[in-house]
Amino acid sequence: MSSNRGAAVRFESVQKSYDGETLVVKNLNLDIARGEFLTMLGPSGSGKTTCLMMLAGFEPATHGEIFLNDRPINNVPPHKRGIGMVFQNYALFPHMSVAENLAFPLQVRGMDRSEQERRIKRALDMVELGRFGSRRPAQLSGGQQQRVAVARALVFDPELVLMDEPLGALDKQLREQMQYEIKHIHENLGVSIVYVTHDQTEALTMSDRVAVFNDGVIQQLSAPDVLYENPQNSFVAQFIGENNKLTGEVTEMNGGQCKVRLEDGTELVADAVNVDGVGGKTTISLRPERIEVVPTDQHENHVEGMVEELIYLGDHIRVRMKVAGNDEFIVKVRNRGERWDLEQGQTRTIGWSARDCKALDAVA
Amino acid sequence: MTSTTTDQIGASGDGIMRAADGTPLKRSLARALRREKLRSFLLILPLLAFITLTFLMPIADMLFRSVENGIVQETIPRTVVALKDWDASSGELPSEEVFAAFQQDFTEAFKNKTHTRLGLRLNYDEPGMSGLFRKSGRKATQLEPPYREGFIDIDQDWGKLETWRVIKRASPSLTDGYFLAAVDAERTSDGLQMKPEKERIYLYLFWRTMFLSIVITVSCLLLGYPIAYLLANLPLRTSNLLMILVLLPFWTSLLVRTSAWKVLLQQQGVVNDTLVWLGIIDTTSRLELINNQTGTIIAMTHILLPFMILPLFSVMKTISPSYVRAAKSLGANDWTAFWRVYFPQTVPGIGAGAILVFILSIGYYITPELVGGTSGIFISNRIAYHISTSLNWGLAAALGTILLGLVLLLFYVYDKIVGIDNVKLG
Repeated sequence: MSSNRGAAVRFESVQKSYDGETLVVKNLNLDIARGEFLTMLGPSGSGKTTCLMMLAGFEPATHGEIFLNDRPINNVPPHKRGIGMVFQNYALFPHMSVAENLAFPLQVRGMDRSEQERRIKRALDMVELGRFGSRRPAQLSGGQQQRVAVARALVFDPELVLMDEPLGALDKQLREQMQYEIKHIHENLGVSIVYVTHDQTEALTMSDRVAVFNDGVIQQLSAPDVLYENPQNSFVAQFIGENNKLTGEVTEMNGGQCKVRLEDGTELVADAVNVDGVGGKTTISLRPERIEVVPTDQHENHVEGMVEELIYLGDHIRVRMKVAGNDEFIVKVRNRGERWDLEQGQTRTIGWSARDCKALDAVA
Repeated sequence: MTSTTTDQIGASGDGIMRAADGTPLKRSLARALRREKLRSFLLILPLLAFITLTFLMPIADMLFRSVENGIVQETIPRTVVALKDWDASSGELPSEEVFAAFQQDFTEAFKNKTHTRLGLRLNYDEPGMSGLFRKSGRKATQLEPPYREGFIDIDQDWGKLETWRVIKRASPSLTDGYFLAAVDAERTSDGLQMKPEKERIYLYLFWRTMFLSIVITVSCLLLGYPIAYLLANLPLRTSNLLMILVLLPFWTSLLVRTSAWKVLLQQQGVVNDTLVWLGIIDTTSRLELINNQTGTIIAMTHILLPFMILPLFSVMKTISPSYVRAAKSLGANDWTAFWRVYFPQTVPGIGAGAILVFILSIGYYITPELVGGTSGIFISNRIAYHISTSLNWGLAAALGTILLGLVLLLFYVYDKIVGIDNVKLG
């Protein structure tokens, strides 16, 4: 991925502005490998959909160049790019049957009839809708429409498929099911997929790598587990998964670790990931499930906190505490069937390892 | 518990669903809904009354007038009875009794001053009858037997078989004469036949009305489609401004707009002057753009354009741009994406707009009257002429009825082909 050659898609210092005053995408450099499942994740307005639209050819890049298989495509119209695309609301043609929808990309390529039928059948079988060829899209459920949209984007064997929040309109259960199906289709076909979503679960479930967008910039580009375990900055830590924030000042640097003094004077040891050095402001990021309510000596950090609220959630108990002036401090206690002596209003010592808390940039 | 509940509200032994108190569920439901129905009926009652009084009843009255023919029976009742025994094809004049009855009827009609009206009515069937009745006037009232010779003395037309045939033919209280006239046919002594070539006007006028309406509808579609597309796809602020421009003609008087076209299109008008100034045409060969069909088409296309644009716009507004994008991403070029994906989805709008414009134009009156000259007038202008000038309301009603029938027929055909459900006005 470090090499530029051979990438399926390459963004080279791409910028995009709609009004000539603000940049929606700021200097984007990104390589997408062949056969990779890359997700662009970010809040709305972060520039991820704009990137997708530039790649599809519906928006011109204001500056920079996009390469598809090492071929610059800035001046290639969308219909000549050969990229399959699944749209947010599926965009199935309502006046055509499912089979006609699938035939469309084959017809415009002048494919002969028997080949068309063979491919349509194969694509429909792939999404388990073999019997639905003659239905109109309106006669299908949301999940079925979704599958037709996927089948249509794949029926002409594109090397690259773009998906623009394709599961946004489905209910939770169906969404999870479709996530696995899309993942399996990707594994079976070996196509490259660029997937845009604002749902971090989707991103973590399906992707090889996730590009977290904010403010027109990729904040971090990593595999899902790296993203969760080792966020590079406060935004990523906050955006991916649940996160506790504690703000303070670096008092001592020690190899890969640093000492941080919180605003109330508590001293913590943390992994120094993104700090300016001694005296710099920092935000400590800490996952709720890594905190122990019965700390041992292995935990470098011991802190006093007051239990504000207990919520029973079956597999775990969610404890809201006030720690170092932050009363939104969440601790997840796994339900092992033991009775915890946790009570509302109780003050107790909690603890965690230094490697589980990351000292990141101050701005969150 | 479950079984008790089932007994109470479920199907009873006879298979009828019953409510908790044992009354059949259907009756209970009807009773519950009756109040609601009554309330909504009361809400529309004023409008219903208004429409019935001012719209449905006049239309029914007009429809009836197209076949109504009481005037002959009312004015000369005895003659009508006496003429029943007369064989019109015998080649002989009616008997003395008929003439006697006629003299009596005529005298009464003269007293009531209704004989000229009857003459006017019979004149529709046979030119000259009006003059005959007027001329016979007072003299006929003073006749002494034998009446036959007396009448023939007043005017020898009374001795013509055709005169009496016309009266006998016009005797029934219902007539198809107006409808026959409206389609350029007539009933002569030789039976039903088309009028002589030179006297036919209405069929041609109907044809012209249809043809021009189709031309106007097509022009509206060709001009309106791109505008509607633009309106539906521009950013809101720009499209609002454009929409005001589209609606502006709506807020201007129809008469003003039509007169403006007169100023623009006449031979010494703005358009011709500009073309001459640009050297495109010679000043001696200025275009005739008004007081003919061209004028009607131009002015009416302009006036009816919003009726095409608005339904198109409202349909296009609902078509997500992602359809065309999807088509392009699937490999379709701009034209294919438009023709195979965008256009079919606008068909309901085209249908609605076309049917609206066509029906409006088929009955249009003011504009053809003002800018149509003689070659650009519609059937409606002829109807207006018969209503207000020739006072032949029966013929006007028959023409109107045919027009109404045509529109309904087109509506039916359209429903069969496109389906009325596919028409969207918003």
